[in-house]
Amino acid sequence: MNSADIAWMLVSTALVLLMTPALGFFYGGMVRSKNALNTLMMSFAALGPVAVVWALLGYSLAFAPGVPAVGSFAYAGLRDVGLQPQGTIPHLLFMAYQGTFAIITAALISGAVVERLRFSAYLAFIVTWVLVVYAPVAHWVWGGGFLATAGALDFAGGAVVHVNAAAAALVAAIVVGPRKDYGRHAMLPHNVPFTLLGAGLLWFGWFGFNAGSALAANTTAVLAFVNTLLAPAAALATWTLLDLSREGRVTAVGAATAIVVGLVAVTPAAGFVGPLAALALGALAAVPSYFALIYRARTTLDDSLDVVAAHGLGGATGAVLTGLFADPTWSGGASGLLAGNLWQVPIQLGSVLIVAAYSATATFGILKLLALVMPLRISSKVEGVGLDVTEHGEEAYTGGDGAILVSPKDSSFARQMAESVALSNGGGL
Amino acid sequence: MKLIVAIVRPEQLSDVLEALFHAEVRGLTISRVQGHGGEMEHVENYRGTTVKMALAEKVRIEIGVSNHFVEPTINAIISAARTGEVGDGKIMVIPIETIYRIRTGEQDQDAVTPVDTPPQ
Repeated sequence: MNSADIAWMLVSTALVLLMTPALGFFYGGMVRSKNALNTLMMSFAALGPVAVVWALLGYSLAFAPGVPAVGSFAYAGLRDVGLQPQGTIPHLLFMAYQGTFAIITAALISGAVVERLRFSAYLAFIVTWVLVVYAPVAHWVWGGGFLATAGALDFAGGAVVHVNAAAAALVAAIVVGPRKDYGRHAMLPHNVPFTLLGAGLLWFGWFGFNAGSALAANTTAVLAFVNTLLAPAAALATWTLLDLSREGRVTAVGAATAIVVGLVAVTPAAGFVGPLAALALGALAAVPSYFALIYRARTTLDDSLDVVAAHGLGGATGAVLTGLFADPTWSGGASGLLAGNLWQVPIQLGSVLIVAAYSATATFGILKLLALVMPLRISSKVEGVGLDVTEHGEEAYTGGDGAILVSPKDSSFARQMAESVALSNGGGL
Repeated sequence: MKLIVAIVRPEQLSDVLEALFHAEVRGLTISRVQGHGGEMEHVENYRGTTVKMALAEKVRIEIGVSNHFVEPTINAIISAARTGEVGDGKIMVIPIETIYRIRTGEQDQDAVTPVDTPPQ
């Protein structure tokens, strides 16, 4: 084992973990104030249940030696996952690092279903999804599965994380249905500074996501790190120029989105392309997402926070451009179309389509099964009041006016609690 | 001339504004208020502290109208703000002594007649 590698991977794990709260702020700023806590909680909640099922079972399904389609139960309950080396770092650290990826991938899906999905249904969904969808797909690419055998290049998870989450998001938005106000009333972001804060923290954490995917403190990590600086910069510059040329004004929500699109696009490419190619990749990837965002808002698809346009399209564009720009002088092996490898672009495209198709199909199945045992949506009345009060019994912004302390000794306490339960079931107010 | 004061649910505000614009009511003021009107209080929990929220968020709409606009305005508000649950709000109609339009100094009826194309 190598102390430098261990140190870098410990830091990277913490950096990637920070991306999930960051995503919460990125998303939370874009919803209405009555749903701010609920949206933040959708990200924060992934930190608990998803990490637990990852440690107990998900990691084994993804990374234990198995068949090309899925791992096995060999590492279930962290059996044999200890401090012995896995490469140059302890196996346990590798498990934790991969766990942070599972957490954020599940949280990404929430952007498509904010402001109307029941919180309990959301929890049940992400826990199931991580085991049924994320773990096998991670196995395909990183666990020695069939996409790895086919030669697909996915350095840090363009397909595994972003295309995978976006395909699930698309299906979830359709199955859950649009918000009742969608297309009728303007629904504006309630706190754009939160969205910018979230985008900034995502960028910071993404250095661990991409450069950490080298799994060592080596030159590949340096390349991935620098590309994670350059590609979002180019995406942001391109987005700025598009905004200026179309509207004459550079928007803050646009800037936050551009950073995320650039980060998503460079994710599959980070350790395979040179720095100039990363600049080109970031600039090119901004364009389809920019126009997809404008187009989506005119459709009936209420992918509320544009997971498909930002992560799906950004991830797919990045994956395909990885097949174009992969450069053996930088990657030390993998080569793309510009380096004379005619097959890499079709392999990249194929891997994106396979991941998207599986994720979409399995997500549809999970949601339909869940719908048999619990309602997926909150009632239209609760949607009007907002999910902070009804799903969490808290408000993001309250001055405390008119709040009467309820003492547990109060004889009417039981009645109050009954009212609270009635409210969360859609009664009251 | 009457001053119409309506207290409505915040989540109905967009519908109410739409209905008012359809009824060609073009001048109004809104403010965010909190109040209590007999609806059931909701209970919140903050780290072991349980509180009963006695005040609910509402929106107060104030509209100065000429007499023949009173009826359409009230109808628009009621149709858009009603959900059928306790807590839908109130409408109060109050007589006005005088209204002035500040820009022109116009008074009463003239002051509440909408201006379609304001002079440059």
